[in-house]
Amino acid sequence: MSKTKTSGGEALIQSLHKEGVELIFGYPGGAALHIYDALFNQSDVEHILVRHEQGAVHAADGYARSTGKPGVALVTSGPGATNAITGLATAFMDSTPVVVISGQVKSELIGTDSFQETDMIGVSRPIVKHSFLVQKAEDIPEIVKKAFHIATTGRPGPVVIDVPKDFTDPNYTFDYIYPSEINMRSYKPAKVGDPKQIKEAVDLILEAKKPVIYSGGGVIQDNASDELIKLAKLTKFPTTNTLMGLGAFPGTDPQFLGMLGMHGTYEANMAMHEADLIVAVGARFDDRITNDPKQFALGAKKIHIDVDPASLSKIIHADVPIAGSAKECLSALVSQLSKEEIDKNKLEPWLQKITNWREEHGLNHSMLEIVPENGKILPQQVIQSLYKETKGKAFITSDVGQHQMFAAQYYFFDKPRQWINSGGLGTMGFGLPSAMGVQFAFPKETVACVTGEGSIQMCIQELSTCFQYGLPIKIINLNNAALGMVKQWQDMQYGGRHSSSTYENSLPDFCALSESYGHVGIKVNKLAELEPAMKECISMKDKLVFLDVDVDPDEHVYPMLEAGNAMDFMHLSKDKKTW
Amino acid sequence: MKRVIALLMENQPGALSRVVGLFSQRGYNIETLIVAPTSDPTLSRLTMTTNGDEKVVQQITKQLDKLIDVVAVSDLGESEFIERELMLVKLNKNCITSDEIENLEGKVVFEDKEIINLQFVGEPDKLDKLVENLNTKEPLEIVRSGSSGISSNSKTLTI
Repeated sequence: MSKTKTSGGEALIQSLHKEGVELIFGYPGGAALHIYDALFNQSDVEHILVRHEQGAVHAADGYARSTGKPGVALVTSGPGATNAITGLATAFMDSTPVVVISGQVKSELIGTDSFQETDMIGVSRPIVKHSFLVQKAEDIPEIVKKAFHIATTGRPGPVVIDVPKDFTDPNYTFDYIYPSEINMRSYKPAKVGDPKQIKEAVDLILEAKKPVIYSGGGVIQDNASDELIKLAKLTKFPTTNTLMGLGAFPGTDPQFLGMLGMHGTYEANMAMHEADLIVAVGARFDDRITNDPKQFALGAKKIHIDVDPASLSKIIHADVPIAGSAKECLSALVSQLSKEEIDKNKLEPWLQKITNWREEHGLNHSMLEIVPENGKILPQQVIQSLYKETKGKAFITSDVGQHQMFAAQYYFFDKPRQWINSGGLGTMGFGLPSAMGVQFAFPKETVACVTGEGSIQMCIQELSTCFQYGLPIKIINLNNAALGMVKQWQDMQYGGRHSSSTYENSLPDFCALSESYGHVGIKVNKLAELEPAMKECISMKDKLVFLDVDVDPDEHVYPMLEAGNAMDFMHLSKDKKTW
Repeated sequence: MKRVIALLMENQPGALSRVVGLFSQRGYNIETLIVAPTSDPTLSRLTMTTNGDEKVVQQITKQLDKLIDVVAVSDLGESEFIERELMLVKLNKNCITSDEIENLEGKVVFEDKEIINLQFVGEPDKLDKLVENLNTKEPLEIVRSGSSGISSNSKTLTI
């Protein structure tokens, strides 16, 4: 236990250091200036200056998702705090461990509508796991300890620490002690699943003839990928991942069904619909998965493992609800099942059925061999080219829309934490700043941001941050000159009326724009140029490259679930559907 | 179906707003809400009544339990419990007789030449009926506290 005189600002930075924080993303301003001065005088914690607070929180989030360690952002009061809100909501919906420290006006000014005052605790309340308003400088170390504990344990989530300026004042010092442990009587996250429930789950697993493992982001958050693979291998159960869970089970494994849900594969959605047992792990039966919950997988018993008891039976009744960590519960299942005789032959008809589904309407993973008659590049081809050139090993971040779904469908993720996207909130603008967080954590790895001309413009100012810190991110822009997913819905549900989804020739020259920020821009508009350009892009190890690819604007993402129905109601192409 | 939920929470600034916010955020109703510090000054006890079926109430209690400031939650309807509410009524003195007050089991807590204040304690249903009755006497003001609840068996809500 160290004991020295520090100011609140110094105590805050030292506490972050004690939590193992090496870098934080932020943007200074009046209420945070004492903290920034404390940062200036030390070298334990590096500060990365972003260009917008939304970028700071997404970068911290990308860092957290790729490393499993908490990400930290520092913003000032008022507009700094409100700009951080989208980042907080993004982290909240995807349950990622992010700590946001916001400066606040002096405590005596709170409530007086003073300059740059916003009730950050109030504004952020519904989108944080917890928040703290510092009441006195001496409380800072304990609050930091609690904040990191809450953010990283149980179901992870963002935590806000709002710090009034007077509590970081360098003229007020106190004895700094960092608590070695904390005890919170009101916070005891579930760990080990109830053995009785585990036993019931084992029985159902042994009986199943048409099982599916459906795993989500919780498996990645809990570093339970190895345990998931063990369970799948032991039981031979076909496995599907949610958008948030991609990479938890290897994308190239023959047992993998691909992603499920709204734009899931035909075989994954059919398997869910016809299953007699669904083993859900770290997934929450979100509406993008279940389609109409009343018609969801009616013939299946459901085992639901989740660290958050409130997720169990929230949407879909769980026959065997297990509250506990994915890692612990999967380990318990594997160890129990290892003692049992598992008759894998009884799954054969089911596995054959799935193979048939895949052959019938599975995704075509050889799109690069297609030469479209209209001479346009298909967006799927860009993803496949990226996969080929990065040998499937890159970190891929994405924004939100068609490009996100194409990336999820066509890039095989073999490792957890390799695929980073805003699944729950669907935040356009997430891709580039989150890629910065990943690239800071893994400076030698290839980090590609798959984006579209719509999303990239929502946080494009971070190109400047990338230049300042020499981040060699590869921006793969699927440029269809339209808000593709909006347009797709307008095509399918609004009679092709493209209300405000195109730009009337107002798009910038993205290559020139990137070059003006000091980066490299490469334009591709012919299929023959795609693979050489991708090769050149990925090979530039020390440069940010903006690869701007004109893709077919009329391409839609398929399969697509038909709303208000069961999971077997899918559009398979513009003129083919399953019903 | 009406449900009565009791909870203990940290007596911290902002704790109540998290509880109340949860209800609007997730689309649950609060019919009544009553809160006060307990004999342990670090804790507050809150009783709220809400409407919902079994599934909704289960979700409400789980979501409440998830709040970091909430220490313990109980759906009092899971076992036997007592529910009581306080009501204060202000009337013109000439609108009610002392016999009527006695019949209604009211207690006079203030009176002067013109005004009389009455206190009633009882189950909410009983107070509903009293309100109907009192409305015929042109009351100047009626204020109800909302329900407070406690289980009537050995089960306790403690940390």
